[in-house]
Amino acid sequence: MEIKKAAVAGTLESSDCQVTVEPGSKGVELSIESSVINQFGNQIKKTIIETLDRLEVKDAKVTVVDKGALDCTLKARVEGAVYRSNDIVSDIPWGGAVR
Amino acid sequence: MINSVGREIPDEVLQELTDSYGRKVEGFNGAYYRHNKTYKKAAPTVRGVVDPSEDKLLPSIKAALEKCEIKDGMTISFHHHFREGDYVVNMVMEEIHKMGIKNLTICASSLGKAHDPIVPMIEDGTITGIQSSGVRGKIGEAISNGKLKTTAIMRSHGGRVRAIEEGDVHIDIAFIGAPTCDSYGNMRAVGGKSDCGVLSYAMVDAQYADKVVAITDTLVPFPNQPASISQVDVDYVVVVDEIGNAAKIATGAAKPTKDLRNLMMANYCTQFVINTPYFKDGFSYQTGVGGPSIASTLYLGEIMRERGIKMGLGLGGIAGPMADLLKEGLIEKLVDTQDFDLTAIESVRNNPNHFEISGSEYANPMNKGAYVNRLDFVILAALEVDTHFNVNVVVGSDGVITGAQGGHPDTAAGAKCTIIISPLIRGRIPCVCSDVTTVTTPGETVDVVITDYGIAINPKRKDLIECMKDVKLPFCTIEELRDQAYAIVGEPEKVQFGDRVVGAIESRDGTIIDVVRQVKEYEFAD
Repeated sequence: MEIKKAAVAGTLESSDCQVTVEPGSKGVELSIESSVINQFGNQIKKTIIETLDRLEVKDAKVTVVDKGALDCTLKARVEGAVYRSNDIVSDIPWGGAVR
Repeated sequence: MINSVGREIPDEVLQELTDSYGRKVEGFNGAYYRHNKTYKKAAPTVRGVVDPSEDKLLPSIKAALEKCEIKDGMTISFHHHFREGDYVVNMVMEEIHKMGIKNLTICASSLGKAHDPIVPMIEDGTITGIQSSGVRGKIGEAISNGKLKTTAIMRSHGGRVRAIEEGDVHIDIAFIGAPTCDSYGNMRAVGGKSDCGVLSYAMVDAQYADKVVAITDTLVPFPNQPASISQVDVDYVVVVDEIGNAAKIATGAAKPTKDLRNLMMANYCTQFVINTPYFKDGFSYQTGVGGPSIASTLYLGEIMRERGIKMGLGLGGIAGPMADLLKEGLIEKLVDTQDFDLTAIESVRNNPNHFEISGSEYANPMNKGAYVNRLDFVILAALEVDTHFNVNVVVGSDGVITGAQGGHPDTAAGAKCTIIISPLIRGRIPCVCSDVTTVTTPGETVDVVITDYGIAINPKRKDLIECMKDVKLPFCTIEELRDQAYAIVGEPEKVQFGDRVVGAIESRDGTIIDVVRQVKEYEFAD
């Protein structure tokens, strides 16, 4: 999917994460800030990148501010932000690109 | 060397401490390693006050510092009975800083967020040594980032008394904040504007420091009796406007938790306690001030009432629910080293069966028998517990120093049944893990771990496993608890530390149980 405009999903509450996607042109530029970076930094990065790959996001600036979210939450917030950037709010491909 | 809990203690650290203490410092070698060993106590250099016309009352902290001849390289001490409401440390340090004194070691019974303002003094070399039960807030961050020149030393409450009495640390000047004091130095913890209930942790400072300065905001007529700290140990008295913020010294009565997870763990804990053989008339018990601990005291009270069983001794830091059980007659005696709320303070002031004791009487492992040795139960919290039952209460899972040993290792070593209550996970942090970040309490002294997902009994306590065999509680192994935690949050990476050792975790007997290394900025694998 193409990132058509800046979009945000998630909050800064503990156990949540806030994902911001913005249009980009040089591949995926990922920035991660996390309250549990020391223990889960690589795991968080892997989950974010896998989710972006699954959504076929090629070019984007992605900013993750994580407050200790579980992997399922990280995935959901990335998906939310990407779909919002395309103004897709119904007919979400549950079980397809979104799982 | 690798010590008996499997932690590597670098030889340079043991050497630095050996040089500093003037005795050979060893790695941890079991919780009861020094039983029966003898040593000679240290002693202060005392200035005789012979002339009855001497006035101990001085006009300012500055005047006291001058009278005590403060100079570079000295060790000064403080107590933490004013908790997060303390003004004394900052007030004294500010004067010292103005005088341009350098290379001081602070030996405090604990340091907290209230003392964030001294961080610049660590950075500019005013303070180069810190010895404390632990540190929270910005001081912890400064130490973990390598700002302190020497290795910080973390001791339990009992371990600090031992270190002072054994001469590992010699205090040149003790500054003791006193809620009330008379002009000849008799200090009491009750009354005044900054009532903290007891002065237990400051007693050893008064007895072993060369110079002792009382700092009060409430000067009372002589003699201030019964005194917690006597005039015979006090050189000077300074009156200031405020020694603390009463609202932060003691919170109001602790509200019972409504958090269902805490209530469930508290209920498990109480069910466990009452099914042990130690739960009988006259039993002894200590608990903390966390939500589950308070709730388990309330549950236990109900069962004691039903069955007509009384507690003989309630020990330790005291909070409202214990004071209420004393008042009701369900506890015979409360023996107290710290008060956490106004109900506890009122109780120690008014109830004749509520006693103030010294930190040594409470927990010093190298006196001739501390109160902790007489505990049946202690209920404790943890930042992390591992599959060896080792507990960490000092270093956060991110590697930054953020807590204090307090009486945790002391009571765990003393009690017949040591129970740790902790949620299985906090946010994404697994509280039960394969290896704790830093060992502060050795697993050999921990008997039971109670979580919201299950209860693990230390396999070496076959007796406890046996008496729980028909009890309907969700028992499992500690490995199962860890696996459940990892299944939810994922398996955590090891924290990436730098090489420099910034802190030593001293076991209560003066051996080294673990070290804390400097943190470094996180690097992704690719």
